[in-house]
Amino acid sequence: MRTFFKLGFVRGLLGQVLGTLLGMGLVTGMRAAFGYSPLWLAEPAWVIGGLLGTVGFMVGVGALTDWAKWAGGLATPMHHGAPAGQPEWTRYFAVDLSHKVIGVQYTVWGIFVLLVGGLLAGLFRVELLQPGMQYFTTDRYNTMISAHGIIMIAAILLGVGGMINYLVPLMIGASDMAFPRLNAFGFWINVPASLLLITAMFVGGWDTGWTAYPPNSLRTALGGPLFFLGFYTIGISSIVGGLNLLVTVFTMRPPSMNLFRMPIFVWAAVGTSILQLLATQLVGLAMLMLIVERSLGMGFFTPVLNEAAKALNSPPGDPVLFQHLFWFYSHPAVYVFVLPGLGIISELLPVFARKPLFGYKWIALSSIGIAFLGFLVWAHHMFTSGMSNYLRLPFMYATLIIAVPTGVKFFSWLGTLWGGKLTYPTPMLFVLGAISVFLLGGLTGPPAATITTDLYLHDTYWVVGHFHQTFFGGFMFPFFAAMYYWFPKVTGRKYNEALGKLHFWLMVAGFWVMSLGQIWAGLRGMRRRIADYDPALGVQNIQIGITVAAFVIAFSILIALYNFIVSARSAEVAERNPWRSRSPEWQIPSPIPEHSYAAPLAVVGEPYDYGLPGSVYVRMELAGAGD
Amino acid sequence: MKHFLTVTVLVVISTFLVSAGIDSLELLPQNASVQGLTVDWLFGLHFKLIAFLFSLVIVIMLYAVVVFRRRAGDDGEGTHFHGNGTLELVWTVVPSIIVVFFGYIGTTTLISVTAAQPDEVAIEAVSRQWVWSFNYPDDGFSSEELYLPVGQPIRFDLKAMDVIHAFWVPEFRVKSDAVPGRTNVLRITPNRIGEYKLVCAELCGTRHAYMMAPVKVVSREAYSAWVAQKVAEEAAKNTPEARGAALYINQGCKGCHSLDGSKIVGPTWKGLYGSPQAHTDGTTAIADEEYLYNSIVNPNLQVVAGYPANVMPQNYGELLTADNINNIIAYIKTLK
Repeated sequence: MRTFFKLGFVRGLLGQVLGTLLGMGLVTGMRAAFGYSPLWLAEPAWVIGGLLGTVGFMVGVGALTDWAKWAGGLATPMHHGAPAGQPEWTRYFAVDLSHKVIGVQYTVWGIFVLLVGGLLAGLFRVELLQPGMQYFTTDRYNTMISAHGIIMIAAILLGVGGMINYLVPLMIGASDMAFPRLNAFGFWINVPASLLLITAMFVGGWDTGWTAYPPNSLRTALGGPLFFLGFYTIGISSIVGGLNLLVTVFTMRPPSMNLFRMPIFVWAAVGTSILQLLATQLVGLAMLMLIVERSLGMGFFTPVLNEAAKALNSPPGDPVLFQHLFWFYSHPAVYVFVLPGLGIISELLPVFARKPLFGYKWIALSSIGIAFLGFLVWAHHMFTSGMSNYLRLPFMYATLIIAVPTGVKFFSWLGTLWGGKLTYPTPMLFVLGAISVFLLGGLTGPPAATITTDLYLHDTYWVVGHFHQTFFGGFMFPFFAAMYYWFPKVTGRKYNEALGKLHFWLMVAGFWVMSLGQIWAGLRGMRRRIADYDPALGVQNIQIGITVAAFVIAFSILIALYNFIVSARSAEVAERNPWRSRSPEWQIPSPIPEHSYAAPLAVVGEPYDYGLPGSVYVRMELAGAGD
Repeated sequence: MKHFLTVTVLVVISTFLVSAGIDSLELLPQNASVQGLTVDWLFGLHFKLIAFLFSLVIVIMLYAVVVFRRRAGDDGEGTHFHGNGTLELVWTVVPSIIVVFFGYIGTTTLISVTAAQPDEVAIEAVSRQWVWSFNYPDDGFSSEELYLPVGQPIRFDLKAMDVIHAFWVPEFRVKSDAVPGRTNVLRITPNRIGEYKLVCAELCGTRHAYMMAPVKVVSREAYSAWVAQKVAEEAAKNTPEARGAALYINQGCKGCHSLDGSKIVGPTWKGLYGSPQAHTDGTTAIADEEYLYNSIVNPNLQVVAGYPANVMPQNYGELLTADNINNIIAYIKTLK
């Protein structure tokens, strides 16, 4: 019990509750002091409560402690290992500065958030089994699809953070990330943010989708502002995480590791981090503007003056302005999600093909190319918003051109497979599954890119199918490939291969059925985000297929979690380098010791020279190695 | 070389099979507009490219998975090569050309489906949470149903009175958002007589899924007869009560207020006049003419208990003349 209340996580939760109550009390107290009536107004109380609750969590968990000490001129020596006097496992529930612990924290919290988002999907998929409303009101349904969107995005960002934080310092031989305290802050801020998003569903919900388009988002229920605040807070994590990674990669590599000798995943992480650092700020701004417009009546996005805006004499706003601010982040966000996953594919293929990565430089530069082009295509989400043709056409060309660097990746992967000695353990299966699924996403993109056909496809299930393909192919499948691949390194244990393969076959079959069903329903004319559909559309059988397939996917993921949990506790001890990888993290013991590398790495070869006799990638002195 | 020949043959076969498979499914609903012909043609082109690229990647991948698998007992490494500059250049340049070609096709088709027609007729489509209404400015009436004469180019002027909606009839193919504060234009020339459904394609709140309106494409003769009938009805609407009934529809009151006593979003109008109303702030009042007038122009002043505030637009005092507000009140008085 003592240990329980000493956990940073528990203290953070208490801090969040106290902060929320304090914020609510502050608003109500001020209203009382100024003699306003009624004393209790739910929206400002919850907004200020949500804000102070987030601060309360960060104070409670201890993410701000070292900075507060710095302000007071106190020393803060780096602490390694569990909190003083506590068992080893407690460090995963506390602010810990090791990137390996933070990587695990990101991943585990990410999987928890993923389960919440998946549960929502399961619930509304059941509602869609037949026309008419059976189990939920339309408001509840709209809240669930909105929450599914933003919660899954949070889950993906957490998964990306997990892979990048754990792997990049190991791959470049760095002792840790450049700013360990900022790194811990970047993880922990996600916890109160996720809780805000979940709370938002229960205080009225919101019916705007995750896109929060005004004026609808200005009129939606109380869940709206809590959702804006949660979204904003998750954005802070992206910004500090991106900054931290770029500094780490550009200042902490060994001198002998030039950019074109980095493991290819590091390139993908750099591309993702550039986008996170530079684009997230705009969506954060847009969310703040929504909160301010709702609370204070500043007319940023409302064209028709309301009473409050009139009182402030503010000029009428423009709803389309919000869409520009929103998509300037939210399109690049797609590449934030998929670049690391595509990096995992490129990273794993050479290991399982036993030959060099085909066209290393082309793949590396295509990640950067995609990152930069990603900034120039945002308005393709607004092709039907009423923009003139002169504005729409350049965005169409920019969007189509992204197919070129993406194609380079596909063809280079095929080139890597060609002439290899391929084996198919679970991680390789997930890599091949990822290629097939991401290919679907690549092929359903161009019809939505050419405006003429997009005028039909926009806001239909085609789009739903398209982005689930890109997220599953670009994130979910590669994420599970990475989970199985590095599982022996992280835990020092073997996972169950048979269960891993069962997971793969269920998930890949389930996904293909679900996805082709969504594409088909969209072509039949099914709009997205509708709680109920017209039986005359003739899509009910397709909807049944999608729902069944979604449950197969969910079941397969539960198998994976069972596999991970049971294997981590009791399975056979794994060898140091079961995949015969050349990458430096596989040359040290599993699980990795607290100080990963005893001495700096010296890069003496190419990273992927499989099949070249006698060559190695790095030389090092092993930390605490017995052999 | 043997590999490349086999793969080429397999890719060609697969392309034809996938393409034939796509064609055999009736993927899109029946087209019913001139613009849709262009859209469907471009869909056809996309589907062919999809069939080819799908086959190219999947066939090569599966071929490699089978042919280059590690055989039992083989412990060696793969063929050692780092890439091929010429190949990389080819698969950068050729896709670039295809992409620019599709961009060019996208440009010309977009210009053609958005082009103004010399003899087009304007119809105003007005969207509100969660109803559509249609104003026919040439003939001076409005309607809840969208009647269109076959073969006549139409210019829809799209208006939104509260949040963003989107105008979409799948059979007409093209869609556009209706954005508050601006008038978006969508051009459609219906070319097939029939009955369709207009739906809202932008999430607009609680009843978004049900925001639909009937669309009837009819012969020019039938259209003229319908217009004549609507004009006659319009002429008969010269009493305040009748004008109020029309406002109930085309100002969107019916989206939230029922006439049959059922509760939608706002209070029903049935038996409203003269009845006592309890408010969320605890006060009560009799719904007389002055009360109804105030409730229309300043709905948050007295919110009826059991109903949310901030749902009804605050600007009906600007949208409606005082006469029209009185017409609506006259209409409410008839609803016993």
